[in-house]
Amino acid sequence: MNTTTQNVEAHEGGHDHPTDARYIRVAIVLGIVTALEVATYFVNIPGAILIPVLLGMMVFKFFYVAAWFMHLRFDSPMFTKFFVTGLVLATLVYGILLTVFEFWTKG
Amino acid sequence: MADAAAVDHGHGTGTGLSNNKLLMWVFLGSECLLFGGLISTYLIYRSRYADGPAPGDIFDIPFTSVSSFVLLMSSLTMVLSLSALQRGDIRNNRVWLLATALLGSLFIGGQVYEFTTFLREGLGYTTSPFSSAFFTLTGFHGIHVSLGIVMLVSLLIASFRGTLTKERSETVEIVGLYWHFVDVVWIFIFTVIYLVPSPTS
Amino acid sequence: MSDTIELAAPGRPLGAYTRPKGGSGWRDWITTIDHKKIGILYGATAMFFFGVGGLEALLMRLQLATPDGTVLGADTYNRVFTMHGLTMVFMVIMPLAAAFANYLLPLQIGARDVAFPRLNALSYWVFLAGGLFLNMSWLLGDAPDGGWFAYAPNTGVIFSPGHGMDYYVLGLLIMGIASLISAMNLIVTVLNMRTPGMTLFKMPVMTWMILVVQFLLLFAVPVITVALFLLMFDRNFGANFFNPEMGADPLLWQHLFWIFGHPEVYILILPSFGIISEVIPTFSRKPLFGYPFMVFSGIAIGFMGWGVWAHHMFVSGIGPISVAAFSMSTMFIAVPTGVKILNWLATMWGGKIKFTVAMLFAFGVVSMFTIGGLSGVTHSVAPADTQQTDTYYIVAHFHYVIFGGSLLGIFAGFYFWWPKVFGHLLSEKLGKWNFWLMLIGFNMTFGPMHILGLQGMSRRIDSYSPGFGFEFWNMFASIGSFIIALGVLMFVINVITSARRARHEPPVGPDPWDARSLEWFTPNPTPVHNFDELIQVDSLDEFWHRKYAEDENGRVVRVATAEEVCQDGSATDVHLPSPSYWPFVLAAGFPFVGFGLIYTLWICIPGALLILMAIYGWIFEPTDDPDGPHGHHAEDSSDHDGAEAPSEVAGETAEEAPVG
Repeated sequence: MNTTTQNVEAHEGGHDHPTDARYIRVAIVLGIVTALEVATYFVNIPGAILIPVLLGMMVFKFFYVAAWFMHLRFDSPMFTKFFVTGLVLATLVYGILLTVFEFWTKG
Repeated sequence: MADAAAVDHGHGTGTGLSNNKLLMWVFLGSECLLFGGLISTYLIYRSRYADGPAPGDIFDIPFTSVSSFVLLMSSLTMVLSLSALQRGDIRNNRVWLLATALLGSLFIGGQVYEFTTFLREGLGYTTSPFSSAFFTLTGFHGIHVSLGIVMLVSLLIASFRGTLTKERSETVEIVGLYWHFVDVVWIFIFTVIYLVPSPTS
Repeated sequence: MSDTIELAAPGRPLGAYTRPKGGSGWRDWITTIDHKKIGILYGATAMFFFGVGGLEALLMRLQLATPDGTVLGADTYNRVFTMHGLTMVFMVIMPLAAAFANYLLPLQIGARDVAFPRLNALSYWVFLAGGLFLNMSWLLGDAPDGGWFAYAPNTGVIFSPGHGMDYYVLGLLIMGIASLISAMNLIVTVLNMRTPGMTLFKMPVMTWMILVVQFLLLFAVPVITVALFLLMFDRNFGANFFNPEMGADPLLWQHLFWIFGHPEVYILILPSFGIISEVIPTFSRKPLFGYPFMVFSGIAIGFMGWGVWAHHMFVSGIGPISVAAFSMSTMFIAVPTGVKILNWLATMWGGKIKFTVAMLFAFGVVSMFTIGGLSGVTHSVAPADTQQTDTYYIVAHFHYVIFGGSLLGIFAGFYFWWPKVFGHLLSEKLGKWNFWLMLIGFNMTFGPMHILGLQGMSRRIDSYSPGFGFEFWNMFASIGSFIIALGVLMFVINVITSARRARHEPPVGPDPWDARSLEWFTPNPTPVHNFDELIQVDSLDEFWHRKYAEDENGRVVRVATAEEVCQDGSATDVHLPSPSYWPFVLAAGFPFVGFGLIYTLWICIPGALLILMAIYGWIFEPTDDPDGPHGHHAEDSSDHDGAEAPSEVAGETAEEAPVG
């Protein structure tokens, strides 16, 4: 698969569209983070550290896919606003719901 | 008078953004609330496993890691297919579209295997609130992936009919946005449902 | 549907994929994608359901007029009050707002149509399909009986073994699809289709309120969708979402329902707030006071409405901390609404008030909603609400805000925009009868319910026993409800006689109200192509500023007549999107799927086939070449074929595989 992409001329001007090589690098980073995430399963880490670390990695991957694969970092901010609004609203509303159900304390 | 037609025809929009692309982003915003509801329901019910298996007992993290990785890579192939079409490279557009559809199908296959395994191990849809919530959440996600595969195949067919040209690359972009979103939801699910330690019985 | 369309584009339309021509008659209405016709369809359908819901209300009031009533048995009463609520919320107020939004929003932003005309038609037909599907439950003897709020586990399969609640779930899911599609469409429309010069802050307040409503729909409909699916899975597939015996928490239903339900009530009221924000300035001869505050308070209501839902659950056992938190947030949300009331009053203050029927209804909204809002504030005090909840005091509150607020505002809109839509005015004389009968009947019906509630009369119950002192006000309220019905009858008579009279009279002419916003640029009724030329906007209330200016002394003087400013509708060279029957076909599939899920899965198959076929047909339906021939029927402005809308190209579905 890699040879095919390398044979094709890279798109000029990476200002608007990243090159295929760039996308592959993004995917490699994502793969590494995923491997780290999975690695936590095999190592004994106390929950108080583990959960923030996992969530942090998750947010990182989320952001990375959205910014690069979904092209948000190059596109109009309007798209980002819609997506972020949905995300923030969902987080807030459902966060309150989980709080009412005492999820954070009783799990 | 002629100007009316010219202004009318202008594919120019108020924001300069494509209607179709904006529509997809608006839709994805609403999907956040849909999946948020299903995820919250799961989180509330994950410790309520009645007499059945608990999540910590039954999840197979290594297996699910592989299928998560497969889905993640399908986002790469998706964006490569778009990038190819934007260059006018029809052949590689097709290759990467097919790759994405195949990786997506592999993911679904993995889901099916996982579900049937759980069933054999005593976790059915009706076993407990946990099981209902788990299968509903992952089921909805799986349906979204499947619909995405249908769209990808449709794009492939269009490509072979010669109608998926460089000028129409936005269509691939929009399908791609949907696909990446579905992947991003799984990134969330994989961490929050599988990796974060779950109750055991 | 003849296929005389000639395409310059490669490829030919085949048979069923040929776009129908616009024409007249029922085929025109079935295939229309014109936002104005769709608005009229929404309005007419909603008024039909208003009759249905009104009948349901009258039956309830007959039953409750006397203690131990025998008009309706308990089971029937439960069905009637459930359907009354569902009908009025989902099949009357929401589609009436959609009627105004569909007809007026493109005009108010100076556009020729919405961003996705076929999706717009789809929204209507899917709504109709859902509304008819839900009401079919009456004919099949199994209307839902769990209340519009459908609390679990009462609505689970143990306590609601019939099919009624399945109709509830599926009917609302179908109608939810309609709302969601419409929301997406209108949001893109407002962002992308504004006429040159119209920045967001030059849009009328009505457009803003509609926009906020679309965002609320966009984010709230998915939440009830989740709730409905969970209930469906419990009922039909043995899931355990609301089954306490397996450890589930029925409160989850209440939370999910009200997370939707509270934004829903702002969805119900904001369109009316928008309507009267246009009516009041026009008939006060003054610009709306505090435009930025009106816009921002609307946005604030939209945002804050997400943080108050559990005030519907104060006595459900969520615990004192949650109760206190939601009590406070509920108190806060009164603030932006209060801002609006004050702004309307300030608009009227010092203005030259013209007491047209539209203005009377607007007055009605301001006063009746204030009463309803004040009772709402009393609910926000959780200890007080513990007394009020589940009594008629709550029934009084929400009828004051929905009937007194939403419905009266819609009637204001009817009287105001009737000439724009139909080319003639409604009779002001009959209108005054309409207004006063409705207002008096309404206050007679719902005013006493505050008292009944505080005296302890329970809601959601088919009868009350004698000897509690409820008799007098219940009879009073029931009489009031029939006066409301008389008022509505006045409206129907007004519609019919005004239409008849209009046949012998000259058309109303442009700008009968000396109004302020862009829709009044067009002649009345609006021509099919909306504007002859797109309007360049330089200010808020652009239409007003073309007619009036300030002289050297700073006084407002008229500088142009309506005839001079308004367009004459004579443009013939305007491209319009072609009609399509696929939205209708697609929508027709949904009831089959619904019946199949209830009775036997075989019925789903034709439904699924219809839906798939329609999607396929929709995608492959030709959109005409933009440089191709224009409609050659220049005289008949309603018969444009061979048209193209830029926004229609490349499909409204993401997976457009365009035909060659």
